Amino acid sequence: MKETNIMGIETSCDETAVSIVRNGKHLLSNIIASQIEIHQRYGGVVPEIASRKHMELIMVICQEALEKAELSLDDIDGIAVVPGPGLKGSLLVGLSFGKAIAFASGKPLIGVNHIEGHIFVNFLNNEEILFPFISLVVSGGHTSLILVQSIEQLEVIGKTRDDAAGEVLDKIAKYLGLGYPGGPIIEKMAKTGKDDAINFPRPLLNSNGFDFSFSGLKTAVINYIINSKAAQQEVNINDLCASFQRAIIDTVKHKTLTAANKYNISRIVLGGGVVANEQLRKELTEDAGKSNISVYCPPKELCTDNAAMIAVAGFYKLKAGITNSFDLDVFTE
Amino acid sequence: MKSILSEKYNNNIYTVITNNPEETIELGKKLGNILNKGDLIAVNGELGTGKTCLIKGIAIGLESREEVTSPSFSIIKEYSAKIPIFHFDLYRLNRSEEIEGLGYEEYFYGEGVTLIEWPDKIKNYLPEKLLLINIFMDYDNLFSRKITFEAKGERYKKILEVLKSIEYIRN
Repeated sequence: MKETNIMGIETSCDETAVSIVRNGKHLLSNIIASQIEIHQRYGGVVPEIASRKHMELIMVICQEALEKAELSLDDIDGIAVVPGPGLKGSLLVGLSFGKAIAFASGKPLIGVNHIEGHIFVNFLNNEEILFPFISLVVSGGHTSLILVQSIEQLEVIGKTRDDAAGEVLDKIAKYLGLGYPGGPIIEKMAKTGKDDAINFPRPLLNSNGFDFSFSGLKTAVINYIINSKAAQQEVNINDLCASFQRAIIDTVKHKTLTAANKYNISRIVLGGGVVANEQLRKELTEDAGKSNISVYCPPKELCTDNAAMIAVAGFYKLKAGITNSFDLDVFTE
Repeated sequence: MKSILSEKYNNNIYTVITNNPEETIELGKKLGNILNKGDLIAVNGELGTGKTCLIKGIAIGLESREEVTSPSFSIIKEYSAKIPIFHFDLYRLNRSEEIEGLGYEEYFYGEGVTLIEWPDKIKNYLPEKLLLINIFMDYDNLFSRKITFEAKGERYKKILEVLKSIEYIRN
């Protein structure tokens, strides 16, 4: 059988990444140049820095991905790129670079939505995942529940009405002066805190739909800090982080399980940076197990943005005969 | 919702106290109703004061077809409405020059309504004429906000006049 090698290119936010995946399941190379260190200094992603760095890095990263895979461009069967969502300037770098390679080499161009990448990366280690399934994608830019019927039939059944979960984690971590990215820092602080110390709100928890809202939670945490200071009470940061994280986990867990039950689906597929949170993975897997629902989650390093997820999704799209023309354009949302 | 009546004869400023996020959205709706293409609204306020909340209301007033969400991640979001809405969130911007890469002129001087969160980050790039909104927390009442409107330019004075008259009629 002929091997199918897909090159995935991902530059939608602060990582410049190129990966080569064989037959959708063998990770031949997965190179990520993270700009986190640069952005750490500013407590968040700085857009112009992001796009400039992408331009400097993309060529080198691409060559490194080919070398590591011990392949040449001739061995590649498709170029998977991300038209969106993300930062326009950053997306353009990866998209244009991918188009140029595809055009010059005559390989098919496959557009993969960033969110599709976070979902289908699970196929890398779990080829057996059957459609349909419910997918929860939680990151700095997204908090969405998606009903996935097939590789091309995805329906968003719920999303955040204001801030993404990861965005609120980042903003609160910055507010507390803890650093960036917020998720892992707050998770670490939460480990030695009491998660029932402060009763933070869980907005829309019992609403009928599957939409999320985290802006009110953000305000509640800030209010708590301000009020404690005004009353000259010391804030126990560990308790605060644990209680804050608890509110987020409770909300996404409840919504996801409710969605699986409502649509009578026994498979939940996780994706996105926030899913790297141990507590969230563990609790969701345990609670779902009680209703005989299986939960799939990517290895931690493939939760955050990477290009392997784009290559894997690209493989399955190409297999289904889905490719794009060169007029593929970027979109932010 | 309470307007500060002493400002009745001052066309440049207007202050409203809202008691909860719903009232903030309601106030935004009234403002959205009377906006025109080319209008630019700058919204200041600390993290968690309700900038996006007010803008949600403005978008409803402009009959937006989509719901406004936080644009922190993508910096700019565009919404189709009665008049196109360009929603900026400059929270993640570090230096003001970074706005140049985003093609800001096309938005600020374009055919839609521009709404900007964290406008202080690009002070030098803002047009002189605009409607400046400041949102303040009330530390005695967690859900209450003081929202001040400051008109810079004739067009925006007119907007404030209309906004005030809507309130006074109601009162």
